Amino acid sequence: MELLCPAGNLASLKAALNAGADAVYVGLKDDTNARSFAGLNFTPQKLQEAAHLVNSCKRKFYLTINTFPQPGQEKRWYQAIDLAAESGAHGLIVADISLLDYAHQHYPELPLHLSVQASATNLAALSFYQQQFNIQRAVLPRVLSIKQVKDLAKTSPVDLEVFAFGSLCIMAEGRCQLSSYVTGESPNSGGSCSPARHVRWQEQGNSRLTRLNDVLIDCSGINEQMGYPVVCKGRYLTEDTEAPQFLLESPTSLSTLDLIPELAAAGVVSLKIEGRQRSPAYVEQVTKVWRAALDKYLAAPERYQAQENWQAALAKVSEGQTTTLGAYERSWQ
Amino acid sequence: MKISLGPLMYCWPKSDVYAFYEKVADSNIPLVYLGETVCTRRRQVKWSDYLALAKLLQASGKQVVLSTMALIENSSELPELRKQVANGEFMVEANDMAAVAIAQELNQPFVCGPSINNYNRATLDKMATWGMQRFVMPVDLSGEWLRQVLTPSPSYEAEVIGYGHLPLAHSARCFTARLKGLTKDGCDIACAQYPRGILAQTQEHQPLLRLNGIQTQSASCCDLRQQLAQMETMGVSWFRVSPYSQDCISVANALIAGETAPLTADACNGYWFNEAGMRRVV
Repeated sequence: MELLCPAGNLASLKAALNAGADAVYVGLKDDTNARSFAGLNFTPQKLQEAAHLVNSCKRKFYLTINTFPQPGQEKRWYQAIDLAAESGAHGLIVADISLLDYAHQHYPELPLHLSVQASATNLAALSFYQQQFNIQRAVLPRVLSIKQVKDLAKTSPVDLEVFAFGSLCIMAEGRCQLSSYVTGESPNSGGSCSPARHVRWQEQGNSRLTRLNDVLIDCSGINEQMGYPVVCKGRYLTEDTEAPQFLLESPTSLSTLDLIPELAAAGVVSLKIEGRQRSPAYVEQVTKVWRAALDKYLAAPERYQAQENWQAALAKVSEGQTTTLGAYERSWQ
Repeated sequence: MKISLGPLMYCWPKSDVYAFYEKVADSNIPLVYLGETVCTRRRQVKWSDYLALAKLLQASGKQVVLSTMALIENSSELPELRKQVANGEFMVEANDMAAVAIAQELNQPFVCGPSINNYNRATLDKMATWGMQRFVMPVDLSGEWLRQVLTPSPSYEAEVIGYGHLPLAHSARCFTARLKGLTKDGCDIACAQYPRGILAQTQEHQPLLRLNGIQTQSASCCDLRQQLAQMETMGVSWFRVSPYSQDCISVANALIAGETAPLTADACNGYWFNEAGMRRVV
């Protein structure tokens, strides 16, 4: 099972490789990927450097081109695909149908991974993408229970990659408009969820108000541990309740250390760590824990148990300092 | 410009659903979409009931399209979806790529619903090769996007959700059940108590979202009635009213009669102007 780690820049890429990532995924320095943050991502020159580094230690890198081009701008996305092919990327992570078509026609040898943003959650959708565009792998949205992942893995015509750790999207990815509803920008179009330039914190007595494009999404204690502000993790009121509540989800991160044996038995080929926007220190810390966990599992699958110190290390870098199995666990749903 | 009626996205008692569509049958609305699109646990109104309603509506001279589920997570749902696509009488609205896949395989024409990611002309043209006859613009796109995509005019039709609460997201989690302290598997169909979803407001009492089972909608009603003439010029074929009460039938009838209406005070229309969806642009 591959350990696939995020690399927002060369420093993170090195950190991931040093800490034992089998593969990394990267994006270009523009809005062709869904982590288009200032100071992040790779220019064509940096991508070459990244390719060299990865190849020299015999690991793999995948290029993420997972936003959806709008009319008149398609050329930039096509050029990104051309660049991926030239760079020798070991895979291209794509969501948009026109881009899958372009890549399939122009670079049939370049392995296509269906991005989570394509929101394919079932056998019919996966088979269709495989038949039409010869995708090799699909990244599953974080809406499936472990049982559903196992069922799908039994019959899937393509390799499956799942999210193992990181920020928890609670909606079917690629089809969530909460960010654009409030800010006008979403991962699909603008390249990020809840863009930082729309976030504003205000202190008011012992409270901290969190605003997203002026909309109050939370009011917390000054010392309360909060995650990155997104609409689905805000505290709101209903007509029936007086106290504000996390109506959708509270700040927490996904962690599936406990599921490694089940995911491996199901035949999942890759475990993805989320977080191209996070620091090299984060990437190093998380990669180390996951490398240790996977090595422990591979050495003695039947005796595997997630260690407390791993969980503690991951909780430290998690939103709200807590983790959850998310939708993998039916009771969460 | 022709007016269509979108599928009912809420869980209403069966009698209310029937009363609603009987009223629709008496309306002037030429195109009606119906079917469960949100949750398979809502079994009060079954597929066979929807088929019967579709026949009733067809008999009153309406075009009918059967809408299918927006998020398909279980393999066990696929045979049912296949049966729906292969119904032999009515076109379906695909709201998940699974439905597109099955329609293409069975050589059945289909409509692409708003939750299919059609973000550019090349994608839409590809969909057309698979049998797409019409697409509903994804809710987050703008008038300018539409103008560009419809130039030159394509072989398929365009439809815009012009009135109603916008479907913004779908989750594995049922927010209604969660709020009631129930599990998804033991939800007691809690959403049936909320015929227009649960209104979620900010702590400053600004309406923000509507929780409708696993679906999250805009709290505000999107209102693009002012843009109707502009849409017509662009080549949009259908203006969709997405119903949240029987009043929406009157809204549709008024539009068909050519009546104009001012932008309501609590409406949103931001997406059309390439702004935040919840904005009200005047």
